Amino acid sequence: MRALVGDPKVVCAGGFLLLLALVAILAPLVAPHDPLEQDLMLATVPPAGFSGADPAHLLGTDGLGRDVLSRLIFGSRIALTVALVAAAIAALAGTLLGLLAGYFGGIIDALVSRLVEIWMAFPPVLLSILVVAILGSGIHSVIVAIAIIDWTRFARVVRADTMAQAEMDYVTAARTMGFARAAILFGEILPNVTPLLMALVSLEMGIAVIVEAILSFVGLSVSSDTPTWGGMIAEGRQIIHQAWWVFAAPLVALFLTVLAFNQLGEGLRRALDPVMRR
Amino acid sequence: MTAVLEARALKRDYQVKRGLFSEPAAVKALAGVSFSLESGKTLAIVGESGSGKSTLARLLTLIEVPTAGALLIDGEDVAHADAATRGRLRREIQMVFQNPYGSLNPRQKIGKALEEPLLVNTSLRAKEREAAARDMMRKVGLRPEFYDRYPHMFSGGQRQRIAIARALMLKPKILVLDEPVSALDVSIRAQVLNLLAALQEELQVAYVFISHDLSVVRHIADRVMVVYLGHAVETGSRDAIFSAPQHPYTRALLSATPVADPQAKKERIILSGELPSPFNPPRGCSFHPRCPLAFDRCRVEEPPLDVKQGREVACWAVAADSIDLAPC
Repeated sequence: MRALVGDPKVVCAGGFLLLLALVAILAPLVAPHDPLEQDLMLATVPPAGFSGADPAHLLGTDGLGRDVLSRLIFGSRIALTVALVAAAIAALAGTLLGLLAGYFGGIIDALVSRLVEIWMAFPPVLLSILVVAILGSGIHSVIVAIAIIDWTRFARVVRADTMAQAEMDYVTAARTMGFARAAILFGEILPNVTPLLMALVSLEMGIAVIVEAILSFVGLSVSSDTPTWGGMIAEGRQIIHQAWWVFAAPLVALFLTVLAFNQLGEGLRRALDPVMRR
Repeated sequence: MTAVLEARALKRDYQVKRGLFSEPAAVKALAGVSFSLESGKTLAIVGESGSGKSTLARLLTLIEVPTAGALLIDGEDVAHADAATRGRLRREIQMVFQNPYGSLNPRQKIGKALEEPLLVNTSLRAKEREAAARDMMRKVGLRPEFYDRYPHMFSGGQRQRIAIARALMLKPKILVLDEPVSALDVSIRAQVLNLLAALQEELQVAYVFISHDLSVVRHIADRVMVVYLGHAVETGSRDAIFSAPQHPYTRALLSATPVADPQAKKERIILSGELPSPFNPPRGCSFHPRCPLAFDRCRVEEPPLDVKQGREVACWAVAADSIDLAPC
């Protein structure tokens, strides 16, 4: 824990994400405007500091006169919800299968490993479009699609680490003391796999944010009256020559969020590793 | 005194697949080893890597089942025991591993690690478990404030003390020690060996002490068994083995241990070659390709483990006791 607080990367990334989460939760209170309110008289107002800026719209307005900052704030709700829930589901499923495959080996390992290999042969974007097409668009479909695609990432890494841990003498020692197999797997091995898992979850949340943006960019995420970062990028792209900020603002938000998740994951991995292996 | 642990012709083969179309090969890791061990005594198993020492340890601690032969703990045959008895017998025999950096769960506090065997195997209450753990920490010379620390905060010697304490928590009758000091600094070794001797005195626990270090074995063993390629080649009391080794392999091993006396004249036997592949063990005596004394009989006929010169030894070149020769 002390190592975590001492790492500036973790502090910066974690702080940023904490702030983002707070903003997302308090969106109706924080946002200066209704994100859906149109004002065609005030369309494509540039952000503060540029000529013709309106002090009421800090990041300017889009082609329909909607406040970009407010849309950004409401869009973070979708991004973070998807990141959190999808990564959690993928982690849960992948970790369980990875633990079982890595510890029991044999037929279970063969089944899980083949399943992972077949799964990974599908193009992920096509697979997610397929899932959304079947389940219909909406935030639930996006979450399900991401979990269905990315559980393999957890299964592979957890399986490999479980195999390495199972070879350690402390596992053999637990067996000579008469522990049940399930107790060894979840009581002895899982705590030693957890640091790696936490890092992986953080990275996965970054990936989930990107996938959600891609799906909403192509219009397969939530309906278009809910602001999303991907949707804003798609709208901004069309008027990029008249109002570049509509395009740039969600892009920067996306970039910073994914960067923060990745840095946090990297920092977690390094901070938790020495305790484990030293 | 009755034997607390008895092995009768313990065998362990491993099936190894060598390719898609070839027959699976059997590796004879252990080719029939017998011994018996009394309570409070120490049997040292000596041999080089690949000789089957660790396989024997895995059989004795019931981690693996023998391919053939019988294992008796406290006079009860493990193979024919029901599940409840097996569970009880399993608790009688505990193990200390070579590497104290791998044998402790890195994410578990020392106190919790010591209490865990009690939690799983007994119905003691949390208070009683903690008292037992603290009591055992005192016995192995660990300070009480170590209770809430993690393994990575300790040195190798301290960790090995923790591992020994943990193995003793269930009050086993037998402790299998698999090279318990070979990963430790020389300066720490003596401390841990003395601790083991003191604990044996106090708790009357029997040790199976696996080692390749003869100077350590000389210090701690009551009886010594020398194994080579899964066979016991010589077994006897410590004094018999160290003062008058008979088997050429034992003699070679002893001649390789340094003696702290520059004047000492020593027989120097240097073995040629490597340990043969256990896939394809030599015919006859398994030691004959490297043996300086080998003659024709050794190449065709496997020597039995006979009582000669006051110990059991499996070698054609060792003369039988004169009493045996008398009737001729």
